[in-house]
Amino acid sequence: MQFPILSVIIFIPLVAGLAILLMPAGRRDWIRETALGAASLTLLLSFIVYVGYDVQSGGYQFTEMVPWLPALGISYHMGVDGISVPLVLLGGIVVFCGVLISWRVEDRPREFFAFLLFLGTSVLGVFCSLDLFQLFFFFELAVFPKYLMIVTWGYPKTREYGSMKLTLYLFVGSMVALLGVLAIYFGSAARTFDLLELEKAGFPLAFQRMWFPLVFFGFAVLGGIFPFHSWAPDGHVAAPTAISMLLAGVEMKVGAFAALRVAIMLLPGGAHAWAPLVLALGVVNVVYGALIALVQTDFKYVIGFSSVSHMGLVLIGFATLNKEGLLGSGIQMFSHGVMTALFFAVVGMVYDRAHTRDIPKLGGLFSKMPWAGVGFIVGGLVSMGMPGFSGFIAEFPIFMGAWQVSPWVAIIAITGVLITAAYILLVLRRVFFGELPAEYLRIEDVSVQDKVAIALLVVIMIGIGLFPSLISPMVQSGVNHVLSLLGGA
Amino acid sequence: MNSYTGHLLSLILFTPSVAALLLLFFPSRWTAFFRWATFAASLVPFAVTIIVWSGYVPATSGFQFTERMQWYAALQSSYVVGVDGISLPMVLLTTLLIPLAILASFTIKERVKAYMILFLLLETGMLGVFLSLDLLLFFVFWEVGLVPMYFLIAQWGGANRNYASLKFILYTVGGSLGLLLAIQVIGVVSHTYDIGSLMQTWPQMNQPFMGIPAATIKAVAFWAFVVAFAIKVPVWPFHTWLPDAHTEAPTAGSMILAGVLLKLGAYGFLRLVLPLYPRESQAFAWALAALATAAIIFGALAAWAQTDFKKLVAYSSINHMGFVILGVAAAAWAAKSLNATIAVNGAVLQMFNHGLSAAGMFFLVGVIYDRTHTRNLSDYGGLYAKLPIYGGILVFTALASLGLPGLGGFISEFLVVRGAWPVFSLATTLSLIGLFFTGAYVLKALKQVLHGPLNKRWQGNIEEINPREIFVIAPLMVLMLVIGIWPAWILNIINQAVMKLF
Repeated sequence: MQFPILSVIIFIPLVAGLAILLMPAGRRDWIRETALGAASLTLLLSFIVYVGYDVQSGGYQFTEMVPWLPALGISYHMGVDGISVPLVLLGGIVVFCGVLISWRVEDRPREFFAFLLFLGTSVLGVFCSLDLFQLFFFFELAVFPKYLMIVTWGYPKTREYGSMKLTLYLFVGSMVALLGVLAIYFGSAARTFDLLELEKAGFPLAFQRMWFPLVFFGFAVLGGIFPFHSWAPDGHVAAPTAISMLLAGVEMKVGAFAALRVAIMLLPGGAHAWAPLVLALGVVNVVYGALIALVQTDFKYVIGFSSVSHMGLVLIGFATLNKEGLLGSGIQMFSHGVMTALFFAVVGMVYDRAHTRDIPKLGGLFSKMPWAGVGFIVGGLVSMGMPGFSGFIAEFPIFMGAWQVSPWVAIIAITGVLITAAYILLVLRRVFFGELPAEYLRIEDVSVQDKVAIALLVVIMIGIGLFPSLISPMVQSGVNHVLSLLGGA
Repeated sequence: MNSYTGHLLSLILFTPSVAALLLLFFPSRWTAFFRWATFAASLVPFAVTIIVWSGYVPATSGFQFTERMQWYAALQSSYVVGVDGISLPMVLLTTLLIPLAILASFTIKERVKAYMILFLLLETGMLGVFLSLDLLLFFVFWEVGLVPMYFLIAQWGGANRNYASLKFILYTVGGSLGLLLAIQVIGVVSHTYDIGSLMQTWPQMNQPFMGIPAATIKAVAFWAFVVAFAIKVPVWPFHTWLPDAHTEAPTAGSMILAGVLLKLGAYGFLRLVLPLYPRESQAFAWALAALATAAIIFGALAAWAQTDFKKLVAYSSINHMGFVILGVAAAAWAAKSLNATIAVNGAVLQMFNHGLSAAGMFFLVGVIYDRTHTRNLSDYGGLYAKLPIYGGILVFTALASLGLPGLGGFISEFLVVRGAWPVFSLATTLSLIGLFFTGAYVLKALKQVLHGPLNKRWQGNIEEINPREIFVIAPLMVLMLVIGIWPAWILNIINQAVMKLF
């Protein structure tokens, strides 16, 4: 029996979190070091899975299967394919960076790090789940930690509103998805939750067309699909930095991923029928999200809406249902996850020192926080889809896919690139260059932990930008399987 | 081809970036170190270019020193580089101007480390455009070069730098969106981005795509390519980003902007637009010729009207690049004829010559600005008496940009006019009238700076041009003279390639 590496990856954060909860509240050093140790181990193991995945053979690897409730068709079934492997790595990266960014948290660090790690378990669990019940279980596992972390450690003025809105909105979304999930279960001849069997279930076309929207849109709410996106800016902005990183960086990908795994892969007929709508909504995400980001005066809201805009590209890629589009979406989920984690980290660093996110009040911060400035520049270039960075590697195939489905989608969505360039450059100049207000003369530079996080995220984005073969063959193999379910390329 | 000579182009292309990466690790306060290290590093691509130049065989058709490596296999895009008689002079121009520009940048005092790193990254971006033989790779380098230039203008530029830099990057990125979309379509339809094979297959492509007829696809893609390159050249009326960007950029930034970046657009026309869209180019050649003429005339008139020395030189770039586009237009219309060959020879040589003279002129503007802290022409006057060496150099460079016979500009402008005259007689005639105004603004500038009574402000001490500055301008002057009296060394390389392509 091979080493159950996926289970280890998923449960290390949980176990570490529980251990942390048992520690004395005053021992910040134990708490932080345990959290960092667990996050590092998880990152390391997820990297081992990444390089250990056999791209040539493809399919689901590192599988573990233990029947749990055979009577109900529920089993403990883990496995990763070419699309989920990068996402598992992403989870490891963002949790690791989140721990580093949160190093200076003063208020109840014990509970903070514990629940941060629980969130980590939740997202990793979703990515690895090959049983639908189990997937939903891990999906919902995140609800309480998200709410708790925003409402307790979030931005005081808006945390209650932000956390409530986010939680209730996402809850409704997941309930809608649950209806669809149950329909799939009851509709399957074998009455099973096992994804591999459900992939072969062959649901009648009318069934697929009816239930696809519930499952897809239910999960895609977490992905930020228009018009169900408005929880994201308020929720992300209200959250403490590390949670914003996890929410925008990974959680939104959980939603998109679940929409792919459950809705598109299990109900491909429904996907074909509803794709035009998803395509249209994705375009709205991209352009509308970018336009709203352009007019924001709160630094964090710019990033929040930028996330809504970029997830639109993921949705467009999904809705093309072709090789290039799906490839691009797979890469974009990873690239955008890294990018937005970096963005929120930088925003947090600025806010911790300036105690404001109001852009007119900021300025000249590059001289005080050069690492944060460079991080924002690189993140900004990725966000604009600038070649040489991972964003371009992801966006180009998405557009190639879009061209094969609807030229207008490609033409309209590309304007998002220009709008993004505009708001990124304007925000960059207004926050990091120009005059440094007198009250910030004494602010200190970012810490060593911050620099490690920034460096890691930047290197990844440039690395993929220069060497797309680091990720594209992997995602390609996962996409091939999806295409076989959709009925060919 | 052994592994050493087999990678010369990659060496040229990536040495600047590797050097930039290494420089990152040194402390920023070592300003002298950064200046000299960057200068030394920039000489490496230049030296390797000379090696490539001497190893290049003009008579062979096709690309030489090619390298091919898998890059983005999932999209059928590879790392493919190579040179021919059109791109090799451009590579030489770039690798020559960068060291000179860095030498010119020794007067930069603030954040020298960041400045030098950006310059090196800029060099890789520009070289990549000239060396790429894969369309996707071409686009990568096309866009990437914008970022360092944006920061160079925004951080080290003049008073209006924020506006100028943002306009520069948003205008160019906006124009490139169409290019990006067109490249995506080409990739989807052709399943390859290899420029060599696309030059064979794309003009013949006649299958409808997504229900749209092939002719429509190609026409729209043609215009998308044209707009993107027209903005860069710049072709009138897409030129309005240039005066601000050139004026607000730091001296060396303007040298490279005018000296190299504008050539990227013209290169795009020659490498991509004409070979990939021969029918569309022919159909719309008249429009291109009209716009080229407009650039020549309006550029010259606008330059004549300037009171800011740097802006005058900026508009002169629009004026001179107009001749390049006139040559391109003639070649588009009269494809495969002798006139086309002559016109493109002129266009490519003009690209090289203008690179030299524009860089020289911007540098000389910088020299006088460093001493007087004004760019207003009426603030100067009679400086010849005080700065005879500078004056002589300025006269030489200005007359070279004017196209004085005996200097390089004459050869290229003559070739363009000779090639375009039988093809677009009216446009050519009007362009010659434009040339008349070119003389006007050049002589006006010289008069206001050098001649007349000495302006009282400079009666005290004003430093003559120093050895470092002479070192920057001298190679340019030598080349301008050599090309003027013996152009064969470069024209032969250009001609052999052009004869086979156009």
